[in-house]
Amino acid sequence: MSRRNEALLALLGAALVVALAAAVPWLRFVLTIALAKGLAVLGILLLLRAGQVSFGHALYVALAAYTVAFAGGLVPEALLLLPLAALVAGLVGLAIGLFVVRYREIFFGMLNLALSMVFYSVLEKFYAITHGADGIRIGPVTFLGQRLSGEAAEWAVLGLALVLALGFGALVRVALLSPWGEALAGIKTRETRLDFMGIAPRRVLLIAYVAASAMAGCGGALIALTTRHVTPALAYWTTSGELVFIAILGGAGSVLGPFLGAAAYELTRVYAAALVANAWQMVLGIVLLGVIVFAPGGLWGLITRGRKAA
Amino acid sequence: MSALLSARDLRLAFGGLKAADGIDLDVEAGEFLAIIGPNGAGKTTFINMTTGYLKPQGGSIAFDGQPILGLSPRRIVGLGVARSFQLPQLFAEHTVLQNVALAVASREGRLSLWQPLLRPAIREEAQELIGRFGLETVAEVRADALNEGTRKLVDIAMAVALRPRLLLMDEPTSGVAAAEKMGIVETLVRVLRGAGVTAVFVEHDMDVVGRFADRVAVWGQGRIAALGPPRQVLNDPEVQRTVIGIAPTGGLHAPA
Repeated sequence: MSRRNEALLALLGAALVVALAAAVPWLRFVLTIALAKGLAVLGILLLLRAGQVSFGHALYVALAAYTVAFAGGLVPEALLLLPLAALVAGLVGLAIGLFVVRYREIFFGMLNLALSMVFYSVLEKFYAITHGADGIRIGPVTFLGQRLSGEAAEWAVLGLALVLALGFGALVRVALLSPWGEALAGIKTRETRLDFMGIAPRRVLLIAYVAASAMAGCGGALIALTTRHVTPALAYWTTSGELVFIAILGGAGSVLGPFLGAAAYELTRVYAAALVANAWQMVLGIVLLGVIVFAPGGLWGLITRGRKAA
Repeated sequence: MSALLSARDLRLAFGGLKAADGIDLDVEAGEFLAIIGPNGAGKTTFINMTTGYLKPQGGSIAFDGQPILGLSPRRIVGLGVARSFQLPQLFAEHTVLQNVALAVASREGRLSLWQPLLRPAIREEAQELIGRFGLETVAEVRADALNEGTRKLVDIAMAVALRPRLLLMDEPTSGVAAAEKMGIVETLVRVLRGAGVTAVFVEHDMDVVGRFADRVAVWGQGRIAALGPPRQVLNDPEVQRTVIGIAPTGGLHAPA
């Protein structure tokens, strides 16, 4: 799909999000969460390009969310908290990345899972600092020094999420078409060749890993600002699994896939939970099975396939 | 002495198998040196040691007077030594153009994150190189859809894109249909001579060796058994018996 069409679709999607949020107020929360998760999944998409799946990406979501929770008391300014949280997630991503990019496939996935579960246990057990499973409440924050309340604050976070989604989406799209992006895809098919072309595959993957952690950090900070309450569940393996689930649902063919997938996931979850309260996970599972069987390219793949047929 | 590559007393054993047992070899700048020998003689091992993939247990290798032993494959590539592979190592999900363009782009050693891979400068150079190899018709074809002969050429094109001073080729014609073989080698030699690249290639086809090599080195059990111009080496009865598999006419030692 051409760059113009994709940009057009992205703007159309953004307009749709704003329109929906204006028409159905309670969807504002759902859509903000969807965009936040979409950002984290955008990072997963980068790693998927290299053929690597992280089953512990929630580590960075939770790390950023807790950064907002801890630093929120000192500097209650959203536009400072968010970059700070992304920075913390990115730096930890760099430290862990230096180690995990030496591994591939199941080893890469499992190491990420293990490290995220260690962090989960830390959050859960160090009650004196983290309040354990009760989590931490986040007080009111300001936006550019403005103390917004209620509806205005919700709009502010949604706006922030939209700007970040569009910005990171554009950046990732450009990067994936660059020599670096193509080399990243080369890790999936023929890593040794990169070495014999003078390129360090681990460095290529490390850049992707740090970028993915920072994006997950942005997502985590947005989740913290939206829910105003963080718990260790954010670092639990089910959250990581959810992100991989969304990546497959949305499709890895385009940077729009993660956001499409995240919106579909959150909406399905909300409606399925309302409709069949005790079986919403089953509904999600059936949806995913359907996608894997009938649309291996994810929802994004369905769109491009429809366009090709037309 | 204008030796571009100079190996001295290389030794490497895999358990009991001596893949290199005192290899001494000088490759002169500009020449085409063919390496022949039976399977397991250590031909590929020599290439792997020269490119930093395997570390010999003893000896030294110098490229252009600079010792390269112990350097990583990446550093050695940076010095101007490229290689192609017996089994083509292509990025299967990329097109031929993208494969070659990525090799062109990687020559700088630092990959751009925001300029597109197929920006005009890189696209033009890749297309020109693809043209020199006669691959224009498959430029937009994905690498996993090519036949073996074409894959070989793309593999070598990617090595040439690095603008090496020395190119090591591991069996450039193995797995290629007999009918295509000479055509591919003709193309190769034309491109390499044109680019002034020194080449070392492992080869099993004696017609190819006889036609294109300036010198031939015969490998046998980790040693160089014979070294010289093709006419002399290929007519050596001992080489014919052990490597080429021809019984010397009227000889006493008929092969078992």
